[in-house]
Amino acid sequence: MRTRIRYGITAAALAGVMLAASACGGTTRGDGDDSGGSGGSGGSGEADPDAEIPGDLAISFLPKQLNNPYFTVADAGGEEAVEELGGEFKEVGPSEANASSQVSYINTLSQQGSDVIATAANDPNAVCGALNQARQAGSVVVTFDSDSDPECRDLFIKQATSEGLATTQVEMIAEQIGGEGEVAFLSATPNATNQNAWLELMKEELGTDRYSDIEVVDTVYGNDDDQKSFNEMQGLLQTHPDLAGVVSPTTVGLAAAARYLSSSDFKGEVALTGLGTPNQMREFVEDGTVEEFALWNPTDLGYLAAYAGASQAAGRITGEEGQTFEAGRLGEYEIGADGEIALGPPTVFNEDNIGDFDF
Amino acid sequence: MGPEVDTPAASTAPAPARTAPRARSRALRSAGASLRSLLRTRETSIIGALLVSILAASLIVEGFATGRNAGFLILDVTAIALIALPMTLVVITGEIDLSVASTLGLTSAVMGQLWVAGLPLELIVPLCLVLGSLLGALNGVLVTVAGLPSLAVTIGSMAMYRGLAYVVLGDRAVADFPFSWTGGATARLPGTDIPWIAVLIAVLAAVFGAVLHATPVGRALYAVGNNAEATRFSGISVRWTKLWLFVLSGTVAAGAGVFWTLQYGSARADNAFALELSVVAAVLLGGVSIFGGRGALPGVLAGVLLLGVIRNALMLADVSSDVLDIVTGLLLVASVVVPTTLARVRERRPRAAPPS
Repeated sequence: MRTRIRYGITAAALAGVMLAASACGGTTRGDGDDSGGSGGSGGSGEADPDAEIPGDLAISFLPKQLNNPYFTVADAGGEEAVEELGGEFKEVGPSEANASSQVSYINTLSQQGSDVIATAANDPNAVCGALNQARQAGSVVVTFDSDSDPECRDLFIKQATSEGLATTQVEMIAEQIGGEGEVAFLSATPNATNQNAWLELMKEELGTDRYSDIEVVDTVYGNDDDQKSFNEMQGLLQTHPDLAGVVSPTTVGLAAAARYLSSSDFKGEVALTGLGTPNQMREFVEDGTVEEFALWNPTDLGYLAAYAGASQAAGRITGEEGQTFEAGRLGEYEIGADGEIALGPPTVFNEDNIGDFDF
Repeated sequence: MGPEVDTPAASTAPAPARTAPRARSRALRSAGASLRSLLRTRETSIIGALLVSILAASLIVEGFATGRNAGFLILDVTAIALIALPMTLVVITGEIDLSVASTLGLTSAVMGQLWVAGLPLELIVPLCLVLGSLLGALNGVLVTVAGLPSLAVTIGSMAMYRGLAYVVLGDRAVADFPFSWTGGATARLPGTDIPWIAVLIAVLAAVFGAVLHATPVGRALYAVGNNAEATRFSGISVRWTKLWLFVLSGTVAAGAGVFWTLQYGSARADNAFALELSVVAAVLLGGVSIFGGRGALPGVLAGVLLLGVIRNALMLADVSSDVLDIVTGLLLVASVVVPTTLARVRERRPRAAPPS
């Protein structure tokens, strides 16, 4: 009997506490100390290009995962921009890059009244509800690197256009093999949307008259797995003895391919390029295995995300296609369809500039 | 509520120590009684810790004591709270189920695949629950029929079910569930910030609590955890009890999987990855002994909420996620070390008593 009574009392007490906490509320952004005048944001209303950017904007970065070198560099770009704007920078995020792991961080940021939330979504849909709630509470949501469902954010900062990435990689391989010979692709997975779009564009470009002496002989998939990519690279060189060059538009594939190439007889004979990060590729550029490769500049990506978010929070833009805004040292940008903003052509890394980058 | 009341040994013994005839047994009983009250404080202390941390967070952490935040907090701990209910029963019988988060993930993957195949959700949801009960039954059969330790069995099925989830859905996500379902999953009670799911959890918790603390079934679970051999001789089938508990655990984990998928609007094989650690942490923190036979449901609910409150408050206070993981880990270690130390103390005292 005593058992049951005590159980009932405890349950009632717990329920009471939660109800009290739930009922005493209603404190949302703007109720108390208003942090920054972002009244006219949220995609509706008129854009005022001359609006002042408030000096106290709270701009928060929520990467896919903390302690990931790529996002550490991207968020540092964001911090640089926020300092220029005189705002308040913050970086929060989960320790694991899971689909739903970002949701409670988004909720926390919207509860704290962040004016701008800049995030790279682990899953385009899992974050959707939380992002929309944050927007209803008055935050401007900018995605960068990895978009959410476009319905759930104001702006998306794209790394680069697919055309830009494809053209740059084709130019690099053409130059490195002297404009003629057999080339092959080492991609990630057969169903990776990005990769397939780039491969298609690159094949199209290589099919034009300008590159008529270059022949695409094979496409293999390393599944973004280091060992599989390594083996696929080995296989490519054995199957195609006349291969002049390999393009790997994935950072894992490029690094694994370079590792194989650097210790094989083909080093210096077969050209290798693609998309990679300077830290992964540094030793292979230094030892001559790889001449040039490309990637967007993540620092600039974060920097642009912060400027875009601040511009919308200030009411300079509303996210409509065709509106333009200033992004500090990067100059002027125009909003494309669906609120997308492309960072620009990819950055090419070679022995001259690779020392300037650390990511 | 105290399990010491429910154990066969305790319930057959005369309750009030002062009626004991002999001095020696009185000394033993009073030592036992004071230790019992010490252990009983284990649940009261965890509930106290919860109330203190809510109060402290409300005073110190800006933005904590709002209805909106309470709503976020409840949704954050929903899956953990659901799975912790059957887990409490499983751990009380001296077993453990580490495959729950993988069951959740596999359910989510299957749910996505069935939705892609064109089945209506009204059919998918019961199918998912059946799947969960089958996954639980497999664990249960391996533990009871094959006689394997549940720790080993469910570490295996944890890996296997997660692997199957990837076989079913790969690294894709299915996200085009109708809003009437996804929005419904996170809907609040009219006029409040309280998610309706909190009501469901409260009802389920009341049912689980009533069964565990006020029925012969509940007493049997404590008996199984305290002394399986003796329980078997008293006519209770230890095997069937455990088998059904694993089925229950799988079914509830599948239900949590359905809810998770709708809550985040995304069916994925990696959903709730490593969530079993949070569940076990909450259950142990709530006063359930990892060795079985001891624990109570209100303590577990307080444990779930305490973990949620601490995480939520630290996040609002801008404490890094690495520190959050460390705090969760420390609480888990403490929740195992503290009761074990208390048990050591308890064993030592009666032995010290007779000579004096």
